[in-house]
Amino acid sequence: MKKLKSSGLSKEEIIQAYQAILRGRRLDERLWQLTRIGKTSFNISGQGAEVAQVAMALAFEPEKDYFLPYYRDMTACLVWGMTPKDIILGSFGKEDDPSSHGRQMPNHYGSKEHNIVSHSSTVSTQMPLATGVAYAAQLENKDYVALTTTGEGSANQGEVQEAMNFAGVKKLPVIFVVENNDYAISVGSKEQYANKKMSERAAGYGFSGETVDGSDFTETYLAFVKAVKDARAGKGPALIEMMVSRLTSHSADDDHTIYRSKEELDTLKEKDPLLAFEKQLIDEGYMTKEEMQAMDKELKAEINKATDDAEAMLDPTPESLYEQVYAE
Amino acid sequence: MSIKNVEMPNLGESVTEASVTMWLVNPGDKVSRYDPLMEVVSDKVTTEVPSDMDGVVKELLIELDTDVPIGTPVMTIEVEGGASEEESKSEEPKEEPKEEPKEEPITAAPEPAEKPTISAKAEAPKAKGAGAARYSPAVMRLAQEKNIDLTEVEGTGKDGRITRKDIMNYEPAKHVEKEMPVAVEPKEGPTKVSAEGKHVDEPTPSAPASSKPKPSGEPIQAQHRDEVVPATGIRKAIAKKMVQSTTEIPHAWVMVEADVTNIVKLRNQTKETFKTQEGISLSYFPFFVKAVVQALKKNPKMNTSWDNGNIIYHKDINLSIAVTTEDNLFVPVIHNADRYSLAGLAKEINRLASDVRSGHLKSEDMQGGTFTVNNTGTLGSVQSMGIINHPQAAILQVESINKRLVPTEDGGFKTADMINLCLSIDHRILDGMQAGNFLKDVKENLKRFSTDSDLY
Amino acid sequence: MAEMTYLEAINKGIEEEMARDEKVVIFGEDVGGVKGGVFGVTKGLAQKFGDDRCFNTPLTEGEIAGLATGLGLVGYRPIGEFQFADYMLPAVNQILSEAGRMRYRTKGDWTAPVVFRAPYGGGVRGGFYHSQSTEKIFFGQPGLRIVTPSNPRDAKGMIKAAIRSDDPVIFYEHKRLYRLLKADVPEDDYIVPIDKAKVVREGSDITVIGYGMVLQHAMNAAEKLAKEGIEAEVVDVRSIYPLDKETLVEAAKKTGKVLLVTEDNKEGSVMGEIAAIISEEALFDLDAPIQRVAGPDVPAMGYALPLEREFLVNEEKVMDAMRELAEF
Repeated sequence: MKKLKSSGLSKEEIIQAYQAILRGRRLDERLWQLTRIGKTSFNISGQGAEVAQVAMALAFEPEKDYFLPYYRDMTACLVWGMTPKDIILGSFGKEDDPSSHGRQMPNHYGSKEHNIVSHSSTVSTQMPLATGVAYAAQLENKDYVALTTTGEGSANQGEVQEAMNFAGVKKLPVIFVVENNDYAISVGSKEQYANKKMSERAAGYGFSGETVDGSDFTETYLAFVKAVKDARAGKGPALIEMMVSRLTSHSADDDHTIYRSKEELDTLKEKDPLLAFEKQLIDEGYMTKEEMQAMDKELKAEINKATDDAEAMLDPTPESLYEQVYAE
Repeated sequence: MSIKNVEMPNLGESVTEASVTMWLVNPGDKVSRYDPLMEVVSDKVTTEVPSDMDGVVKELLIELDTDVPIGTPVMTIEVEGGASEEESKSEEPKEEPKEEPKEEPITAAPEPAEKPTISAKAEAPKAKGAGAARYSPAVMRLAQEKNIDLTEVEGTGKDGRITRKDIMNYEPAKHVEKEMPVAVEPKEGPTKVSAEGKHVDEPTPSAPASSKPKPSGEPIQAQHRDEVVPATGIRKAIAKKMVQSTTEIPHAWVMVEADVTNIVKLRNQTKETFKTQEGISLSYFPFFVKAVVQALKKNPKMNTSWDNGNIIYHKDINLSIAVTTEDNLFVPVIHNADRYSLAGLAKEINRLASDVRSGHLKSEDMQGGTFTVNNTGTLGSVQSMGIINHPQAAILQVESINKRLVPTEDGGFKTADMINLCLSIDHRILDGMQAGNFLKDVKENLKRFSTDSDLY
Repeated sequence: MAEMTYLEAINKGIEEEMARDEKVVIFGEDVGGVKGGVFGVTKGLAQKFGDDRCFNTPLTEGEIAGLATGLGLVGYRPIGEFQFADYMLPAVNQILSEAGRMRYRTKGDWTAPVVFRAPYGGGVRGGFYHSQSTEKIFFGQPGLRIVTPSNPRDAKGMIKAAIRSDDPVIFYEHKRLYRLLKADVPEDDYIVPIDKAKVVREGSDITVIGYGMVLQHAMNAAEKLAKEGIEAEVVDVRSIYPLDKETLVEAAKKTGKVLLVTEDNKEGSVMGEIAAIISEEALFDLDAPIQRVAGPDVPAMGYALPLEREFLVNEEKVMDAMRELAEF
């Protein structure tokens, strides 16, 4: 693993990055608990991708760049500006849920305030949209960048190829990301694509592609720093494939023990990128175990409060079903 | 302190039940919010269920590895303060959670809803509303066909609109009595002679002629002051049979009118003697049964059943006759009806009807029918559309006898006793041709009776 | 006033809007450059407004739709052209799942004020995939608007209204009308509403409802039948979805005899819905069963002339049905 220092980030920034990662983990655990208690009806999580997502998101400027995420990107959305309460509001389906005001299933993130564009469940439909956002930047000679993500299964949709092709033709400031966790629900990546690496596809569209180890914070971060810099400079799009883990079942409706062996699951747990990152922080002298425990405690309290606050908010009224079908 | 339930949580789209495979806490254990309580498994997932409260585990309510519906209380936890669920629920009758029906199709609404739906409308005659003068094309057509003055008809639809049903049920001559449902039988004894004096009076079998039972689509809300009474088992069985008949069998209807002047004469002439000799009254019904049996012999295709692509020709002629009690409808069977004389039929019909009313009908008397004759005439009905008695191929409705002026062959008129015979056929087996031939034979058989005919 | 074809009127409307608002951009296959579209609707626009605002896309209909939606998200008024209505099918997911749902699924936080233009309809020897009416695919999708003009004046006013609309609008152009119709079109900046049907001929005997090419047949037939003493009320639907129920029901009530005419297949067309609305709202004003003249229930019109002719609704078919209904 690359040294954290070589990321160019300060100690404070690294510690903040860790806090974001841990917040993502703890918040996702809460979302599972709420589902299992029966207070929410669904969760789909990005446990195992938090380190990669934070490293990715930190390379952007959320106040001007646009993020068109997919459903495992909660941790990245937190870095982009959403709060744990925003996320939990979505799981409860509350009126103030910034993603959809209780209209979409949980984990379909969006926030107008934070330049995070809403996405559908028909996977990867956000990719052509990202080219539109990026084309606008080009039309206006602005240097903002559009980031859009998807999984390695969803990346096979035709619309992804259409979007990448167009982005290549127009040299758009858009960064395509495939978060490769090796599983599309129960189907392994061997049944999804034949390339050695998903990132090789970029060559077919005339721009650069790179595969990074998503559990290596520095490697991932630096890959995005370069891609963002190139995109802002008008050098066109990039495809970055982040190799990540999926520590949980596909969703609250799935049981991965059916198709994953115990050995595989044990290995996954051992290789949890969060644990590796914590070890790295200690080894490289950024934090002590005690400091981490203290931070964990703070985060748990923060999430408990966010849960209570979110639960206390109003549900959408039945009458609101009829609102915003058309411009009013 | 209060006791709170922990319920089996929803474990995924479409999952309806789940079981606990392991308790992770025991009664007496202190638990905090979000601590794991148990491991559960459903079709879709295996997972830990965390606590939603701080407290002390009080009781484990279900067995391990036993499926329970989602939402079933599985554990109780004692928490500080608040009203316990047992207390707050104490006024409700305690029942097994399983047996609580989740949705009741029919509920008694405490408040009158805005739109009255069906029933309970007959209480007071309505003043004619704004809808009274709006006639639908169907109503107009029926009114013309039946020569009904629409201003005379009371509409039961919205704002007093006349519905198609209103027209179909309308009888100009006796519309005062039209409130009486078709299938209801007077409580005691045989129906006596009507105004025309020519009623088929006894033993009064009848069946609900009339419209098809509607399969329940939207739940019907009972209105204010309505009473909701669960249907009896027999009623439900009848309902089931009716629905089966109307949904499975494509019905077609034919009606003919027949001259039964001779039968009226014959019966009038013999009924006193018959009563003395046999101890029972001689009604018109056996004459019709006899005529039908003879016609069935000649038209074996009427005596069949549809069986999944095959047509079963029944060797025996087992005639079902409809008999109603106050609440229910029975269809006992005259087995081998072709072996009875007219008097024999009269006696057999009488026996079956008495057994029905006394509740002594044997199950073998209910089985094996191959064709049904329904004596709707006892109700004063002149036209009806019978529902075929599944799995038979046809049902004949014998309507009431009425005196009418009919043309004679030499160009004059005479009074005659006329009756309508309404036949419903299973159109999978039978076509109009067979129905017509059959009815023609029945008519001829009826005509053949004369004052010289032998009852035995 | 200037005499213009239906095609020129659309071109003029787009040109005026592009001049008025620099956020209006237009793109599609062969749309840019000197060609200006396979039918020539966008001719001259690239020269006038530059290759950034009027440009070619690769042959990727999903991308055309997604690009438009993405631009719409960040404040643009994009017009995506589908070369033929038949070619919208690869873009159905983008149109329905993204553009059509964006406003509703974010309760108005994100919107897609886009126009999808598409030439539709037969009579040009286009065979299967250059002749179809595809409006029923997008019909009954709340959030989307579907409109079509039936004359040059409406064509200009409606394309301008569609561009200014904050809703996604599918703008169908009957390709047979492009050069067939010539009429005086006002040169000033006017708008024709995109949510209103229009009574285009007054009559008291029968009511004919249609749109596009078949409306021409109905108008011609109505003039001829007037000589026989049959006066037809003719209604141009214009707003295919949502329907202008009020105008349609009123026109139906006026004569009590309704003839619905469409070039689409008889079963499952938009007309079935209009018939349902009229029967719900106007039963007691009806004097005859609602009738339809439509294409037969075969997949498409054939290329060979006899096959095309047999499929298409023509003046004679409409006139026969009108006469029959008048005599009912």
